[in-house]
Amino acid sequence: MAGKKEVDQFSGVETTGHEWDGIKELNNPLPRWWLWTLYATILWSFGYWVVMPAWPLVSDYTRGVIGYSQRAELADTMAKVGQDRAARAGSLVDASLEDIEKDPDMQGFAMAAGQAAFGDNCAPCHGSGAQGGKGYPNLSDDDWLWGGGLEDIHTTILFGIRGDHSDTRYSQMPAFLKDELLTAEQVDEVVEYVLSLSGQDHDQGKAANGAQIFAENCTVCHAEDGKGDRAQGAPNLTDAVWLYGGDRASIRQTVAESRFGIMPAWTARLDPVTIKSLAVYVHSLGGGE
Amino acid sequence: MKHEIFEKNSILLVIGILVVVSIGGIIEIAPLFYLENTIEKVQGMRPYTPLELAGRNIYVREGCYNCHSQMVRPLRDEVERYGHYSLAAESMYDHPFQWGSKRTGPDLARVGGKYTDEWHRAHMDDPRSVVPESIMPGYPFLAKTALNYQKIADDLQANRSLGVPYSDEDMASAVADIETQINPDSDNVDAFLARYPKAQVRDFDGNPQMISELDALIAYMQMLGTLVDFDLYQADAFYR
Repeated sequence: MAGKKEVDQFSGVETTGHEWDGIKELNNPLPRWWLWTLYATILWSFGYWVVMPAWPLVSDYTRGVIGYSQRAELADTMAKVGQDRAARAGSLVDASLEDIEKDPDMQGFAMAAGQAAFGDNCAPCHGSGAQGGKGYPNLSDDDWLWGGGLEDIHTTILFGIRGDHSDTRYSQMPAFLKDELLTAEQVDEVVEYVLSLSGQDHDQGKAANGAQIFAENCTVCHAEDGKGDRAQGAPNLTDAVWLYGGDRASIRQTVAESRFGIMPAWTARLDPVTIKSLAVYVHSLGGGE
Repeated sequence: MKHEIFEKNSILLVIGILVVVSIGGIIEIAPLFYLENTIEKVQGMRPYTPLELAGRNIYVREGCYNCHSQMVRPLRDEVERYGHYSLAAESMYDHPFQWGSKRTGPDLARVGGKYTDEWHRAHMDDPRSVVPESIMPGYPFLAKTALNYQKIADDLQANRSLGVPYSDEDMASAVADIETQINPDSDNVDAFLARYPKAQVRDFDGNPQMISELDALIAYMQMLGTLVDFDLYQADAFYR
């Protein structure tokens, strides 16, 4: 087979000398374009070795003429981005939150930066539309647990709520049933009273007893009229906005076992301008005060 | 034609292929084990605690890597979204690594500390309860399933035989360490933290009655990407 040059009588093309059961393989030349492409890639590789990092050596590798490094390129990009932002956001560093909101340039930058940062960092809990969910407050309404002013929002984002930062906002509702501060019957009564505060259907007899229990146990934080206290993050119980549900079962669970919603502090994760931008963005969502 | 000898002898062909492929392999892979530039020195990496390791086993068992990568690439959009790009050293105790090859969900390399335990509990029970647009399946059974950890020392042993530096003390107290890590009131916390710096000690699943699979998984996720101290990392020494 090999060694002998054999020409196929029909096509006039040399065979490869391979034959299986009388079938022979023609040794057609490779298409010209294919061959030249192959040569071009080989030539390219020589150029690549010279220009780009390529060959490993004993203790280092050939760095290439342009010394390309993906990590260095990233550092350059980020430095440029940082400069760009500093140029555009430099004024935000020292500006007060009120001034940022009033100045159209700064406000525009803060809104764009805030929206992007919100999507990355806040949306998983508060929802992509800031609509919140069970246990995570709606940020687009006008009901605020710890205050909805610019400074209030800024402080909340910086230090979080019940987080591990030393300046975090903190309060804790007792678990009235679990910690045996109230009996099951007393809990039922105070739940009826809380239902009455927001004008829901309730048992009037139990609610009357519950009012006394409420006055003794709940008013320190939720105030005598049940409208809450923002200094302690105590929610208003007289409206229709409920963080953990306003039906009888949910309220009972809250009174019996307490809740302990946590928001992380962002001061270590995000830079000051981003946090200011977030404060302005959240403040703009509808319910800012 | 000389290669007839390969074409007619399959064993020789196999050997020939192996020789050619290993030349490429040796040139491409072997230098990564000795070049100074590719062996990053970082501070803070430690082996997984037994509870984190158990959580990691659940992560692998449930196939989380099919949708979540653990590899922040050195690209602007990734660094801005997830944080510092991942270092090879951050996977040094991963057997097998969880870099993944596809992101249906977000990258998890730096998810540690980003969300609260409570968020993870709600998210594992029903992802739509916190992220309405999510397509992730729920894993509600994790919270109800007791973690089977009596043989966790075997997992440590398997990792040790692959080069993870678990000490004899780590091995001996593996089961106790799991109980310690979910109980901040335990007397052993200090000793535990001395062996596993930066470990987080608390009841991750919010149910002190039981050490559940959810405890382990949340413990694992809350430590992801939190170990390396980037203040001490000389990034420009490892540009490549």
